[in-house]
Amino acid sequence: MMSNLTRAERANAMVIAGTGAFIGLVMAAAGRGDPMGAHGWIVLAFCGALFFVVGSAYEDPEPTQDRTASYYDDPTKVGILIALFWAVVGMGMGVWVASQLAWPDLRFDAAWSSFGRIRPVHTSGVIFGFGGNALIATSFHIMQRTCRARMPDQVTPWFVLLGFNLFCIVASSGYLMGVTQSKEYAEPEWYADLWLVVVWVVYFVLYIRTLARRNEPHIYVANWYYLAFILVVAVLHIVNNLAVPASLTGAKSYSAFAGVQDAMTQWWYGHNAVAFFLTSGFLGMLYYFLPKRAERPIYSYRLSILSFWGITFFYIWAGSHHLHYTALPHWVQTLGMTFSVMLLVPSWASAGNALMTLNGAWHKVRDDATLRFMMVAAVFYGLSTFEGSFMAIRPVNGLSHYTDWTVGHVHAGAMGWVALISFGSIYALAPVLWRRETIYSWKAVEWHFWLALAGTVIYVFAMWNSGITQGLMWRTYTESGTLAYSFTDTLVAMHPYYVARTFGGLLFLIGACIGAWNVVMTIRRMPSETPERDYPTSSESREPALPAAE
Amino acid sequence: MMKFIRTLLKPFAAFFEAHAKTHYRLERHSMGLTVGIIIAAGVGGFIEIAPLFTIDDTVEAAPDMRLYTPLEQAGRDIYIREGCYACHSQMIRTLRDEVERYGPYSLAVESQYDHPMLWGSKRTGPDLARLGEKYSDDWHVRHLVNPRDLVPESVMPQYAFLLEAGLDTDSLPDRLAALRAVGVPYTDEMIANADSDALGQAMPDTERSDGVFERYGDETAVRNFDDRPGRLTEMDALVAYLQILGQLTDLPEQTQILPEE
Repeated sequence: MMSNLTRAERANAMVIAGTGAFIGLVMAAAGRGDPMGAHGWIVLAFCGALFFVVGSAYEDPEPTQDRTASYYDDPTKVGILIALFWAVVGMGMGVWVASQLAWPDLRFDAAWSSFGRIRPVHTSGVIFGFGGNALIATSFHIMQRTCRARMPDQVTPWFVLLGFNLFCIVASSGYLMGVTQSKEYAEPEWYADLWLVVVWVVYFVLYIRTLARRNEPHIYVANWYYLAFILVVAVLHIVNNLAVPASLTGAKSYSAFAGVQDAMTQWWYGHNAVAFFLTSGFLGMLYYFLPKRAERPIYSYRLSILSFWGITFFYIWAGSHHLHYTALPHWVQTLGMTFSVMLLVPSWASAGNALMTLNGAWHKVRDDATLRFMMVAAVFYGLSTFEGSFMAIRPVNGLSHYTDWTVGHVHAGAMGWVALISFGSIYALAPVLWRRETIYSWKAVEWHFWLALAGTVIYVFAMWNSGITQGLMWRTYTESGTLAYSFTDTLVAMHPYYVARTFGGLLFLIGACIGAWNVVMTIRRMPSETPERDYPTSSESREPALPAAE
Repeated sequence: MMKFIRTLLKPFAAFFEAHAKTHYRLERHSMGLTVGIIIAAGVGGFIEIAPLFTIDDTVEAAPDMRLYTPLEQAGRDIYIREGCYACHSQMIRTLRDEVERYGPYSLAVESQYDHPMLWGSKRTGPDLARLGEKYSDDWHVRHLVNPRDLVPESVMPQYAFLLEAGLDTDSLPDRLAALRAVGVPYTDEMIANADSDALGQAMPDTERSDGVFERYGDETAVRNFDDRPGRLTEMDALVAYLQILGQLTDLPEQTQILPEE
């Protein structure tokens, strides 16, 4: 891996890692007695290790091959493996938090093991650790292929990938120490947030620079989605995390916003983290790997345009549907509800476009579990966006909000859509990336597929049942006009569903473990094979002056 | 009929055709896409969020609204640290069953000084917006030590370690100063005496507790919350916070007509 870097690039990497290690040391010294000090040591260890890994290979011979003749895939390979690692960790934590709700004593006699502290380790682990790494790795792959151009340099992609993972490590270790802003999906404290801004700006610049080098007149639709993911997540992240630290030598900070404005800002962020982190980027994945695997062109160019701009414009308005019947002004709630319902049009345009692309390739869906992962992901995308629009309607939300129905909805999207499209893409990508004949075990892919599907369905059904049951029990009245059930009555009714949910999650976790094993075995055991034409070539397109009508 | 529908849809068809053609040119320019995305994604957030800061009746006026004392604020920070917000909301919605179960629905002014707000998104446990003074301090301490001692069906984690953990009061002046920087009207005197006031609120009938009344009002709850005199623990702080929930202003009770018991 190091042999692909020139000596100047190795020196650059060492300077960056050395600077990071120094910052870690300063944090460790300044934050003594505060979790920030522990974070300083973590940063120091992370950057120090990188410094020595690069340093020990500094004197190795320099690469000789012509760079323009190939794509740069080393960061993609590492990114995919890290994503699989986070999948196992994040989903493992998920099974643990889920079982704590069924069996609350399933914890250690230590503060760090309580539900409140490990729950964000699960959410950040799967969203940022698994999802984020899968997005970064696949974006590196896709932007190079669809631009027919190699990335502009070799240090920046490593900076983005490893810098992002440093953020993930600081975030999840922080939760265990009680470092959190309490803003859901934006829990990390101020210094981690600042670091993510640096990483994200570099990521954007890398993306734009690669696009600028492209040998293809048009930017492919997958790249629009990745671009929207990078840009909008940056805006959301910066605004929602505006805060004043209590002290520069401690982790604690206070949000710049309070009360109703803070609630709106938080759910503007929260819902659009779903939109631009968990939807936009993964649609980029879908738009590349699904047609590629099915060997069919995208069904409709116009639908792609309609859904892309529809999603980008409509989603931003939808956040306020998290605040129905609260102290948020009624007009904002109504706007959020209206746009959430309208959002169904571009969402279904995307899902439909994906499924129609499979026309003529349905026999492949039957035979090829990898393509089936992507097909089922598109179906779950369609289902959960419909459910989302439905739940955003004020009276429906009156029942569903605060209950497990929301949890079920999120997991239909996160497991059924985000994780399945990621696993499908990883199975499609691994043999190409590592130059292997095929994946190690197709049977294992089948097993993973059915375990994941069964796990998702069990999970979602359990949460629908518990959510709707609890919502109805809360509002049930006796004949004499008093509330029929105490809160604890509803909690008792939840128990069987919490057990079922844990079981569904466990199936999904086993599938992910099989997937990780299968990819590792593909790298270690399969004979190598170089795919045809996976290198930068000049454009073959003879483009018409105007797009042809479909 | 078909003709009518076609006439009706014509402007839309023309719009999408023009859109596709424009886009066909736009998608050759990465910075064009970048600007387009920022504009398309910027509109909604701006229209929904900016007016919340400028329209005055977004937040009601409550002249009797009081501030968190340093001890209560420290308790709030512990509530955040332990992730209590993941299972408990602090937002009673304007629905009949919620008002009857938890009390008057929450007003925006009640979280006016909450940086950040803790409205929550999930009720694995009950809403806590009006928890204050519903149960005794002793109930809270025993419940936090082991919830299943008092509520056998509970799935809440145990927080016994809070009784042993001494409260860090040294950082309180800095914390109050940071809160003032984001808009909470703490005075210089409140900030300077934050650590002493935190101690004083758990030590009734001392000089320190007089300072708490002086700065935060006569209705401040000054008592030893965890019943372990002589030591200020994180349990004191958390219970002090739980007992102030819903007690910062009387406005909800004054303005809402409650159903009769």
